[in-house]
Amino acid sequence: MTESAIGASSPGVAARLPRRPLVGVRDPEAAELWGPVFGDQDVGALDADLTQRYPGRPHGECIAVTGRITDRQGAPVRRQLVEIWQANASGRYAHQADRGPGPLDPHFTGVGRCLTDDQGQYRFITVKPGAYPWHTDFNAWRPAHIHFSLFGTAFTQRTVTQMYFPGDPLLAHDPFFQAVTDARARARLVATYDHELSVPGRALGYRWDIVLDGPAATPRETDA
Amino acid sequence: MTVPPPTLVPTPPQTIGPYFGHALPFAGGTDIAPDGHPDTVTVHGHLYDGEGDPVPDGLLEIWQPAPDGTRTGAPGSRRREPAAGHNGFTGFGRVATDARGRWTVRTLPPGGIGYLSLCLFVRGLPGHLRTRLYLPPAQEDSTTDPLLSALPPDRRRTLIAVPTGPHSCRFDIHLQGPEETVFLDFDHGFDHP
Ligand SMILES: [Fe+3]
Repeated sequence: MTESAIGASSPGVAARLPRRPLVGVRDPEAAELWGPVFGDQDVGALDADLTQRYPGRPHGECIAVTGRITDRQGAPVRRQLVEIWQANASGRYAHQADRGPGPLDPHFTGVGRCLTDDQGQYRFITVKPGAYPWHTDFNAWRPAHIHFSLFGTAFTQRTVTQMYFPGDPLLAHDPFFQAVTDARARARLVATYDHELSVPGRALGYRWDIVLDGPAATPRETDA
Repeated sequence: MTVPPPTLVPTPPQTIGPYFGHALPFAGGTDIAPDGHPDTVTVHGHLYDGEGDPVPDGLLEIWQPAPDGTRTGAPGSRRREPAAGHNGFTGFGRVATDARGRWTVRTLPPGGIGYLSLCLFVRGLPGHLRTRLYLPPAQEDSTTDPLLSALPPDRRRTLIAVPTGPHSCRFDIHLQGPEETVFLDFDHGFDHP
């Protein structure tokens, strides 16, 4: 379904899909094998806790989302930027273009960022986002999801993706999730509930590990 | 230099959706060049779909070496103020297209190569697109650059910005159609439709 279903229902999307094959770059000197660097100055101390932006607490189920970011060899992506955005517990984005039916939450913006640590771990405290309808004319709902923006050690590893929640019945009906046809790759998009990560009296814990694709510059022995 | 074979299944990309506007753009993201630098080049363009209509909900990221050819970047890539602790040049920029599909960044010419690396995110696309923007004059690059020299002239043309002034150039991106921009694969990427 994927392309045609999304294209038929989202105006203009079919005209956005390139038709020509991608052109391969096999240049070991390509600038894309390096990438931007982020540091403590790029994130605020409270940016990783989306529930503490306002004096009041947001509605919904508080969750702790953590995981490890690695490359395909399993090497941690250290000290790199992770950015997230999401709907509130009622499935509404604090974005002026979202005209959805869910109420806005005055205590929730749904935007967060952090740096990975030296083991490649990230961690956010937020609320579980609600499902939301993405079309008014037919039965089209997005499963609960958190958008993730990720950097690796190379610009070729740059990616944007979405984290989903285990056991969500909407996953079977979501053309965006089902657009990933490889079952093992699709499984990568779903977090697991991890009781060890739950914060007593405060938050339910989810683990979502991320594996970045794409080549990076081969480290030389002189590299630190 | 032996690279161990890839073993882990990568996390696939997903569409950026329509609601990234309050999360990803940041203050100063379009000013890659330090404030007032005399070598600043303004690079601007439009993003079009296959119907020739402007795309108002795209996000473009730029990555490039410094003028001295340094490729390692600098911490503070999303903070432009002096307090960020770098010399004002990190090699990274981010710009959202406006209601008419337009975008503009100000940067410094990269050292050692003739291009800026672009990563493009668009609502509805299942993944991102990558391309390169070759700054004018790129005639020399057309015969020596491994990518440009491998392309037929009509395709090569889509990667070369057009001068619009002594310190400015224009680079329009066409997602589809007769002028479709050349989009790149770095050998480990996911297939795009
Ligand atoms: Fe969403």
